[in-house]
Amino acid sequence: MTRRAVVTGLGVLAPTGIGTKAYWAAALDGRSGLGPMTRMDPSGYPIKVIGEVRDFVPGDLLPSRVVVETALMTQYGLVCADEALRDGELDPGEQPEYEMSVVTANATGGAEFGQREMQNLYAKGPSQVGAYMAIAWFYAANSGQISIRHGMRGPSGVFITDQAGGLDCVGQARRVIRNGSTFALSGGTDSSFSPSGLVGQIPPGLVSLSTDPDRAYLPFDVAADGYTPGEGGAILLVEEAASAQARGVRPYGEIAGYATAFDPHPRTGRGPNLRRAIEGALADARTAPEDVDVVFADGYGVPRLDRLECEALAGVFGPRGVAVTVPKTATGRMYAAGPTVDLVAALLSLRHGVIPSTLNVTAVSPDCPVDLVLGDPREARVRTALVIARGYNGFNAAVVVKAVA
Amino acid sequence: MDELTLDGLREIMRHCVGTGESVNLDGDIRDTAFTDLGYDSLAVLEVVTQVQGRLGVSIPDEALNDIETPGALVEYVASQKAGA
Amino acid sequence: MSERRVVVTGIGVAAPGGLGVPAFWDTLMAGRSMTRRITHFDPSDFRCQVAAEIDFDPAANGLSPQEARRLDRAGQLALVASREALADSGLGTDALDPSRVGVSLGNAIGCTELMEREYVVLSDGGRKWLVDPEYAVPQLYDVMVPSSMAAEVAWTIGAEGPVALVSTGCTSGIDALGHGFELVREGSADVVLAAGTDAPVSPVTVACFDTLRAQSTANDDPEHACRPFDRDRKGLILGEGSAVMVFEELEHARRRGARVYCEVRGYASRANGYHMTGLKPDGREMAEAIRVALDQARLNPEDIDYINAHGSGTKQNDRHETAAFKASLGRHAYETPVSSIKSMIGHSLGAIGAIEVAACCLAIDNDAIPPTANLSTPDPECDLDYVPVTAREQRTDAVLSVGSGFGGFQSAIVVAAPERTYA
Repeated sequence: MTRRAVVTGLGVLAPTGIGTKAYWAAALDGRSGLGPMTRMDPSGYPIKVIGEVRDFVPGDLLPSRVVVETALMTQYGLVCADEALRDGELDPGEQPEYEMSVVTANATGGAEFGQREMQNLYAKGPSQVGAYMAIAWFYAANSGQISIRHGMRGPSGVFITDQAGGLDCVGQARRVIRNGSTFALSGGTDSSFSPSGLVGQIPPGLVSLSTDPDRAYLPFDVAADGYTPGEGGAILLVEEAASAQARGVRPYGEIAGYATAFDPHPRTGRGPNLRRAIEGALADARTAPEDVDVVFADGYGVPRLDRLECEALAGVFGPRGVAVTVPKTATGRMYAAGPTVDLVAALLSLRHGVIPSTLNVTAVSPDCPVDLVLGDPREARVRTALVIARGYNGFNAAVVVKAVA
Repeated sequence: MDELTLDGLREIMRHCVGTGESVNLDGDIRDTAFTDLGYDSLAVLEVVTQVQGRLGVSIPDEALNDIETPGALVEYVASQKAGA
Repeated sequence: MSERRVVVTGIGVAAPGGLGVPAFWDTLMAGRSMTRRITHFDPSDFRCQVAAEIDFDPAANGLSPQEARRLDRAGQLALVASREALADSGLGTDALDPSRVGVSLGNAIGCTELMEREYVVLSDGGRKWLVDPEYAVPQLYDVMVPSSMAAEVAWTIGAEGPVALVSTGCTSGIDALGHGFELVREGSADVVLAAGTDAPVSPVTVACFDTLRAQSTANDDPEHACRPFDRDRKGLILGEGSAVMVFEELEHARRRGARVYCEVRGYASRANGYHMTGLKPDGREMAEAIRVALDQARLNPEDIDYINAHGSGTKQNDRHETAAFKASLGRHAYETPVSSIKSMIGHSLGAIGAIEVAACCLAIDNDAIPPTANLSTPDPECDLDYVPVTAREQRTDAVLSVGSGFGGFQSAIVVAAPERTYA
């Protein structure tokens, strides 16, 4: 019989709050984490509004030894991992080392760390590149540091699929649980807010250039004109269901379905495969569309991409056939972190019977026939939630989480 | 920086790994092994990179292999400076 | 339902010594060391001035002017190798169901080469922290997110199933193959391009390894700079390259009468949970990965005919994996030839794991094993048969390949001759 994977611990770090409690309270209160850029002088850049994590003091939360050798994305991952383990009441030291895995995602690597050392190289010379550069900026740093911190020596992984990575890593975590691991820490973290990291986000032309934090990121809205970049992370403690039961830990929900699909090249003229990813995840979860209580949408905030997402949703659920929300309007798109943060919100919706709303959106576009949760959070019996993510270049992923009976 | 004193090195070492719980650089660290001060191979390399940059000296592998304490590093840099 | 089995039906390689599988295999069999003084940039200010480079002309190798402009060197190498693998497999992409085709591309350091070049322009040679957005090239976001390379590979075969970049540092290549193997085995895809690519011979990466003092400094004798298992080893030498393999479900391959190189039998990965760069001398997590991979392959240690080692050329690594082979294979470790092709083509980070498995597939196909070049004075603490200098012809049915990398990742994969597995 297939081993089932449930989530027993959550860790979040977002522009709206550090820690699950702070994040969830802000999501329900409708507080935004978007604002004018403070991480660097914004005057030379067309992007004015971003979602920054504020008041993050890594030295208060992590050993100084670890702080100096890690990029922000890794610090976010380590802090979220700590919280997820606490929340799931798991002491890794008491578990078989090879039955604990770490599977993470990020999109851009340690952008600021990398830029700093690159500047050392070009301004001062090769002998001035710091020793930590080799282990800090690269994509595998998060899984490596988390596994070292907790002695988790099972199969580990790092998945890079732009923003879809935040779900793909959780799909992989479920796979390693099925294949024999008992625990997996899994999720996406990202921070690309260095000058070069920010500039890299300009050319695709998808980022909103609005100067108004409340009007910058408005997916499905008539005024949608791009997304706001954010930073942050979320790590889930994924656990084999019987283990959670034996430990007496109440799961937030089960990772019941997962699927991924890649889009054809635009020159083929064929449409995207988001719908197939959604249908694949539902089939994998043996769930009919009518049993889905809420969709945490991708919500790119780019009219063309919003329309495509609505077409996929309408194809599966019918026009306005399911409640849809995009709580990331309060945080910005946090790259690989975003979809995992959405998963956290989905799992909390299962637990608390309330769906956070889509902050700032007021006028849903007629092109977007979705039942978008606006204004106040919507109280509802939530037993099944679908989370969708898309990554630049055609990555699509979908995860279905279900309440555990 | 023209010469590397033990206090100068102490400051560089703090800069390289911070002042966390596992690192105590107060007191006489001259003859305490880097490893016992909480500096692993990577941290020592970071310290050496900083020392090389600030003092304008080069510390080759063969020399580095024999430098196990802050005192030895200070002495090596002094000998290089004297020879230069 | 019987278990789905995964076979290799196509191979493409771009490695130092030449593009294409014939040139690659010829280099290995001749034991030719391809390490040389760096030509990609002026290395005079660097501690290590040696690397294994590819002489690569994008246009001559079928890349369009737009591909050559758009793609980082790692992406370019991956495209060339993908096209070779596809042609070699005989798969007609029109006949494939795109939703059943996937990509698993290993890569450790992204599009560093192009990212670095663009950084130099944006920052005006490192002068500006607040870099200049006016100089942002259209592909800058693609350069920042290495998933763009997985997308490029997907477009070569028209993959619309699971597509991902796997980035576990120096085990990325082997782990990407392992992931591709799992995708086919579990039924998420029938065909996966399983691959690795990296192009680290650029100033920032050479500087990184310089600072770690991990690279050989045998600048006066570049050809013999990488000496795994040799007493006089001085460290690793960077390389560059890509290898792409077509992983196909056995029945899918049989139905179309495909040529089968070998079967992928087992894969496992473990983390040492110890140190980002340091290895414990006992090699226990690598040994565990080997044991689990063998178990999954349903093979005994005695079945292994050849081990393709990580063999990076550092003392720490050589002793670590020698211990791992002994711990996992027992007495058979002493009877099994072990070699490191990094001695010839360098360490291409996220690519090398895939390139090494390509070498293993060819070893099975040719009943011959590549040597460890430059091994003239064995390290007395490394007491296995490391196939010094000269290739060997020998029956090769089952092969183990291992990798070890920053972050503490340890991986093992087992491939075996088809006739042995389902004749």
